[in-house]
Amino acid sequence: MNNIKIDHSAAATEFNKDEARVNWHDETLWFVRSKRDKAVFQIPEWEQLREAGSQIKNHVLSNLHDYLTEFEKKATENGITVHWAADGKEHNEIIYSIIKNEGVNRMVKSKSMLTEECHLNEFLKEKGVEVIDSDLGERIVQMREEPPSHIVLPAIHLKKSDVGDTFHEHLGTEKGATDPQYLTEAARQHLRDTFLTRKVALTGVNFAIAETGGFVVCTNEGNADMGAHLADVHIAAMGFEKIIPKAEHLGVFLRLLARSATGQPITTFSSHFHKPRAGQKMHIVIVDNGRTTQLGRADFRNSLKCIRCAACFNTCPVYRRSGGHSYHTAIAGPIGSILAPNLDMAKNADLPFASTLCGSCSNVCPVKIDIHDQLYKWRQVLVKDGHVSSVKSIGIKSMASVLNSPKFYRTAGKLGRFLMKTAPFMVNNNMNVWYNQREMPEVPKESFRDWYLRKRN
Amino acid sequence: MKVALFIPCYIDQFYPQVGIATLELLEKLGCEVVFPLNQTCCGQPMANSGFEHLNKDCDNNFVENFKGYDYIVSPSGSCTLHIKDHLHGSDETASKHIRKNIYELSEFLIDVLKVKNLTAKFPYKVGLHQSCHGQRGLKIAQMSELVAPPFSKAEQLLGMVAGISLIQLDRKDECCGFGGTFCVTEEAVSVKMGKDRVADHTRNDAEVITGSDVSCLMHMEGILRRQGSKIKVKHIAEILNSVVS
Repeated sequence: MNNIKIDHSAAATEFNKDEARVNWHDETLWFVRSKRDKAVFQIPEWEQLREAGSQIKNHVLSNLHDYLTEFEKKATENGITVHWAADGKEHNEIIYSIIKNEGVNRMVKSKSMLTEECHLNEFLKEKGVEVIDSDLGERIVQMREEPPSHIVLPAIHLKKSDVGDTFHEHLGTEKGATDPQYLTEAARQHLRDTFLTRKVALTGVNFAIAETGGFVVCTNEGNADMGAHLADVHIAAMGFEKIIPKAEHLGVFLRLLARSATGQPITTFSSHFHKPRAGQKMHIVIVDNGRTTQLGRADFRNSLKCIRCAACFNTCPVYRRSGGHSYHTAIAGPIGSILAPNLDMAKNADLPFASTLCGSCSNVCPVKIDIHDQLYKWRQVLVKDGHVSSVKSIGIKSMASVLNSPKFYRTAGKLGRFLMKTAPFMVNNNMNVWYNQREMPEVPKESFRDWYLRKRN
Repeated sequence: MKVALFIPCYIDQFYPQVGIATLELLEKLGCEVVFPLNQTCCGQPMANSGFEHLNKDCDNNFVENFKGYDYIVSPSGSCTLHIKDHLHGSDETASKHIRKNIYELSEFLIDVLKVKNLTAKFPYKVGLHQSCHGQRGLKIAQMSELVAPPFSKAEQLLGMVAGISLIQLDRKDECCGFGGTFCVTEEAVSVKMGKDRVADHTRNDAEVITGSDVSCLMHMEGILRRQGSKIKVKHIAEILNSVVS
């Protein structure tokens, strides 16, 4: 996403100008949530599975150093080159240096949200390296020069007709084509050529296993495999929280991930990489990029349990009606709103407020992150650190002064229901915002307290 | 049994009939009900906006009003949850007692009074709005996300009302979009959520929408009235207290 600050509310207002499209977006994602429900209700022990996933991840977060060094040792023994990147910049530079050493200027990439977080594509473009995202959704948004709007379904904000228009422009398909089979075939042919001609392939990592030094990549299209198996060099990029202790723990996480993400029992491809094949080079870039800071925040550290399933996106009534781009960060949705302030509080101060705190996100989370409680806690941190508008601050302070004092509260209530103007749901002191699209409550003759005094005292 | 009635600020000011119905219902069921006269607010509007640190006086005032009662009952799941999770007055012992003994009305009726039958009659098609804070916060109903057997304390109580017919919703526990200050800071999404929630009830032929949180009901009522809808909104206390004619 570009660097211009667009606040969530403003972007959501824009998105809501086309109500039919909002309905479609909401229903599409609700369909995914419903698929998830069907899939998890098939497993009687689902809640125990979530608890197991949560506990394994908690254990990992408390023993990260040991598991990461164990992983590094095993991976190195397997013939994989392990790199450590303190931040996005270092991650990008490491990847660029690998590409440069191979003497090429093109790379194929399979979906990796980490590279979005680090803005790798933009960085490499500046260096003259062409990157082609090979997952269909990623490829579509890349052609449109948009960021993904969803971490699992990157082009979910687009309709078939939008894809038809994009492919017409970039791949020369027939104008106005909307047939999914036809459009997918065009993408397939285009990507086939890419796979055959790229010497370097980059993939993400879903799970890195400390005891084996191997890693697992979960996809539905198999493009990660196509890229990695045909290239001379395979680079895998991972945030350091992707580590799990043992291979047997995959039995927990692979089940949790796919059911939560798309309602599938397991992803179509769960590809296990352990060592480079003969003649191939394999690199792993392990990235911090703010994760250590988050690990040090007692209230927010367990956000690092996230396995990027996006169940919280699909269930979020706000996300479904504001679209992924309204979150102006690589990882949108509820989980993005608790991760992003860690990276940049000033820039992402609006995100923890883009929620009604309904709590559905925490309930679907396969590793039991208390997402909505963390949204509440981030609000406190952001206000204390001064990331709040002075208008809001004055409004809340005046409301607090009314509600802190029984006398002031009653006087305010009596003064022609002055409270109408400072009522909790109108704290920006602008009645019109409620009234634009909703009627005000009818003002009764007397308050409950007045009635009580009249009738019962 | 001595019960202190907590009537949240916006109910006191805008929906006195909900306070009255709650009071009358509790008395009918044999409780001695007291309304502490200097109460104001649970502090949630400030806290959810990130200003929890301004709530010291508000918390102290709450503790001052509600200390020393066996139970505190409120016709609002959201405000009850806020007190349960965040009340920290200077007197921590009293605060703790309040946090432990505050109940949302329907959970109080089911869990403490163990109500098995009511004399109410309400011959309408009713849609139940499960408020998020009551449901996911206080856990007064099973949540659609969790793999667990269904239950709902509000439904259990409404089932004791003669003549009532509860409609089924397409999405049984989606948020109404009120969200406190969210309803003004995120106007577009808030309104859209409210419209969609109301549409679910309309589509399924509700004549009345009820729930255990006035804030959600106020939001949906604002939207229904703007649409010129005939659907009425009533707090669950008003239905449970409706007199058999």
